[in-house]
Amino acid sequence: MDQAAISGEIEAIAEAYQSSGAVETDVRLDYPPYRSSILRHPTKAPHQVDPEGIELWAPVFGHQDVDPFEADLTIQHRGEPLGERMRVTGRVTDGDGRPVRHQLVEIWQANAGGRYIHQRDQHPAALDPNFTGMGRCLTDSDGFYRFTTIKPGPYPWRNHHNAWRPAHIHFSLFGSEFTQRLVTQMYFPGDPLFALDPIYQAITDRAARDRLVATYDHDLTQHEWSLGFRWDVVLTGSHRTPLEEDHAA
Amino acid sequence: MTTLAPTPGQTVGPFFGFALPYDAGSELVPPTRPDAVRLHGRVLDGHGDPVPDALLELWQPGPDGRVVQRQGSFARDSYTFTGWGRAATDRTGRYRFSTLRPGGTPPYFAITVLARGLLDRLFTRAYLPGTLDDRLPDVPAERRHTIVAEADDRGFVFDIRLQGEDETVFFSYTQD
Repeated sequence: MDQAAISGEIEAIAEAYQSSGAVETDVRLDYPPYRSSILRHPTKAPHQVDPEGIELWAPVFGHQDVDPFEADLTIQHRGEPLGERMRVTGRVTDGDGRPVRHQLVEIWQANAGGRYIHQRDQHPAALDPNFTGMGRCLTDSDGFYRFTTIKPGPYPWRNHHNAWRPAHIHFSLFGSEFTQRLVTQMYFPGDPLFALDPIYQAITDRAARDRLVATYDHDLTQHEWSLGFRWDVVLTGSHRTPLEEDHAA
Repeated sequence: MTTLAPTPGQTVGPFFGFALPYDAGSELVPPTRPDAVRLHGRVLDGHGDPVPDALLELWQPGPDGRVVQRQGSFARDSYTFTGWGRAATDRTGRYRFSTLRPGGTPPYFAITVLARGLLDRLFTRAYLPGTLDDRLPDVPAERRHTIVAEADDRGFVFDIRLQGEDETVFFSYTQD
């Protein structure tokens, strides 16, 4: 299976989506060009319910859980990691634009050469002894997260012959409710691999895909130090009006 | 009313193992505690094969039914119950949590499922045996057992089938 075959499948799905007139905002679970999804997507529609009890709440994380130094992925070892140093920051809100305050954000990523420290990553690119690629932080009172890291490289994978993932940072986010949980990937503007990638293209709507692409922001770039990227996150889900009796689930 | 478009999800991928699981993540309480219960099971794909690269998150109230709003899930002190935990599946697709029996009416464990090959997170509920009753009437009779944990000698067993005959009922939530 080569890239042309995968790209053909991606294009056929895109054309069918465009001619359907529907608007999708989420990623599809059933997306055969991403081969690993074939046996791992539910075939039945999710059962729609009103969230209740515990689902109206989110777990709490605090300074006991997260050290502020964990937001800087470039200071976890003795030396400086290789690669383009950068700041990544953005605001986490709900669908009404209200900030998600003091909540956990976790990231993980490959190093500048496109290699993960994970033992299952057999890509023969160099490991960087000065880079692990995992960080976490709490959003501030306005919902902002801030990380300092290096730009990850693209890397090959085995979906098909000569498959390469666009450079990305994995993000794990919690909202103010269980239902807002989000795990996703942030990408970099103008990546030539976008059109070829069946994970990114599993979001069939162009505008929705664009929401995963960070914006270069020169105001975040620091003189003789680091580049800056901005990426905001919207966590939807049901909304609640806090009531005292909610405590008794 | 929701006005901003949601940020779409993407798969957790194959390489979360060095980043998301953590020591004692699956032990909401120490397994040696007298009131500890074990919640365990397997994650299976559409062929019934184990999924060795899944990650589950558990979120539940305490035994009194009250929602816990306490930090400390990443820094367990053996005494504070936070109600939240995280467990990766092993090579045989098995996961296990050490926790407390949830209260509430009806009592259930809220579970988030992530895996390589799974493009977005899934939500499900593991109800305690005999508590679902006539709730969720829209869930067909033949599928109701997929969201009910079975009791065993130390707690509960709950398998998650991502696809196929006995596919687990997954939930989506209505918005105001």
